Amino acid sequence: MKNLPDKLGHYGIYGGRYISETLMPAVIELEKEYLKWRRHPAFLAELRYYLSEYIGRPTPLYFAERLTKKAGGAKIFLKREDLCHTGAHKVNNTMGQILLAKRMGKKRIIAETGAGQHGVATATVAAMFGLECVVYMGEDDIKRQMPNVFRMKLLGAKVVPVTSGSRTLKDAMNEALRDWVTNVYNTFYIIGTVAGPHPYPLMVREFQSVIGTEARRQIKKITKRLPDLLVACVGGGSNALGLFHPFIKDKNVRMTGVEAGGYGLSTGKHAASISGGSVGVLHGNKTYLLQDKRGQIIDTHSISAGLDYPGVGPEHAYLHDIGRVQYVTITDKEALNGFEALTLSEGIIPALESSHAIAYAMKAAKKMDKKEVIIVNLSGRGDKDLNTVSKAFGFEI
Amino acid sequence: MFDELRLKGQKALIAFITAGDPDFPTTERIIHVLEDSGADIIELGIPFSDPMADGPTIQGSYERALSGGATLEGVLKLVKDVRRKSQVPIVLFGYYNPILSCGLKRFACSAKAAGADGVLVVDLPPEEADDFKRELDKEGLDLIFLLTPTSDEGRMRLVSRRASGFIYFVSVTGVTGARAALSRGVAAHVKKIKKDYTGLPVGVGFGISTPRQAREVACFADAVVVGSAIINIISRHKDTAGESVKMLGEVSRFVSGLKKGIMRA
Repeated sequence: MKNLPDKLGHYGIYGGRYISETLMPAVIELEKEYLKWRRHPAFLAELRYYLSEYIGRPTPLYFAERLTKKAGGAKIFLKREDLCHTGAHKVNNTMGQILLAKRMGKKRIIAETGAGQHGVATATVAAMFGLECVVYMGEDDIKRQMPNVFRMKLLGAKVVPVTSGSRTLKDAMNEALRDWVTNVYNTFYIIGTVAGPHPYPLMVREFQSVIGTEARRQIKKITKRLPDLLVACVGGGSNALGLFHPFIKDKNVRMTGVEAGGYGLSTGKHAASISGGSVGVLHGNKTYLLQDKRGQIIDTHSISAGLDYPGVGPEHAYLHDIGRVQYVTITDKEALNGFEALTLSEGIIPALESSHAIAYAMKAAKKMDKKEVIIVNLSGRGDKDLNTVSKAFGFEI
Repeated sequence: MFDELRLKGQKALIAFITAGDPDFPTTERIIHVLEDSGADIIELGIPFSDPMADGPTIQGSYERALSGGATLEGVLKLVKDVRRKSQVPIVLFGYYNPILSCGLKRFACSAKAAGADGVLVVDLPPEEADDFKRELDKEGLDLIFLLTPTSDEGRMRLVSRRASGFIYFVSVTGVTGARAALSRGVAAHVKKIKKDYTGLPVGVGFGISTPRQAREVACFADAVVVGSAIINIISRHKDTAGESVKMLGEVSRFVSGLKKGIMRA
């Protein structure tokens, strides 16, 4: 496989830089700085220090014995990103980006957030380094992820409710881009996923690749071989690419990205950009989008706020087209079943995002041999989703 | 687009409105009023669901147009309808996705057939514009690019080399929308672009909303772009026949005022 992206950030026909001219110098500067530091020993040493001492890496690779028994097939291992400080993989990336922001002398940090995990991870590192932090969040997401909103506020971040459009993640990203265009000189925009204009998809992938690098080492130590299948949920796709990328040249390792099927693909109410979308341009990159016949972006639906986004990282679009990664969907209902199964069999409450991956892995395991091995990226913990889940299960809390 | 004005030694007024806000027949009437009141070029916004470069005024305008059923096909038909009565230069202004969705070649052909003169795509910098420019060149349509206060010499060189029609200088780091004061340094930027990089006319927009600001800008630029201030007038009036007449009167007075400001520059 070729090393991608190319110089202008393309993965095949995908990626690139589709942004207003005002931001072009800013992303070019960011790219220059990132390329300068990404392999610099001092930068990497600093990042390694915080990943281990602050975030708690390496995260365990846990053999989920009872879940495996329940599924009745291949062995299921969980990469425990839910045990990262702040409760999800998002902080791997925000830590990397804020260390870069510091070196670039930026004093103000902005971010968009859907489920609030990326917002919390950004607010956390901003608090830790004493930088001003503003997080844009759709009004609808604020309602369904109240605990994370409060966490961000406790951490000293300003949470700005976004009332335009569908009031979810895509609109938060629009508003963050508007902020960046206005405050471009002093502001660093920490994008939370492998999307946006180049170099974001590359940079976020590299910061998240620590997941796959660890998992590869861990599984070889435990099982003396590489896994047969990797499974991760895909909204923008950062936890998936973080797990997949270090295995991408291992031809015998299959990979499956699980998109949010919402009420089902046929209902049109879902957030599965690859499985149910078409090629377009949004938020700085060319990729698969959920759009109508005339190129207007349509409202998405997923029970999980973190997957409720009408696009996907451009490298996923490319990996789909060349057939390296398979993309499937899991509905809201199936995800809730996955949530329940993991909680009851292993005593681990997963995020609704990660529950999509769990649900699919159980389906896949059943059809595989007992000697085979699956790694599921358990990208986050589920405390933030208790409101949503209690409603779905009919509990009052 | 600018030849005639240059012969007269005048600066141009470019008026921006959203196609389809509140509906296409009203937009057509507004375009004729804009021209009669002194607008030299019409910039016609193609509504998009996610206008990342726009402030609340134009966002709202796009939302109204879309909820009224506006489509790209509708916008092009509007241009065709305008051409029955008027040859005022029209620049289509929008985001890339609806154009990509229509098909680059198909868009270029239909825009030409409808009678448009140029296209400006906010989220399409020169690096990504080769395919689109090729199709527009075949039809003889201009592709207008932006320069901004953040543009360094490398960007000025690149943009000037690719641009045709005119160069649109964005006067602020920020989104579209009326502002009380113009940012400093714009004049110096525009003078530098004209002196060192391009023989094309340079228009300045974003944030200009009064005759006084228009005059100030016309002293150093070839054209002044006003958008949100006009849309604010349109959106203040309800979509009824009586209100519509009042609205057109107000737009006319406002644009004549801007034109007078520019003439005095």
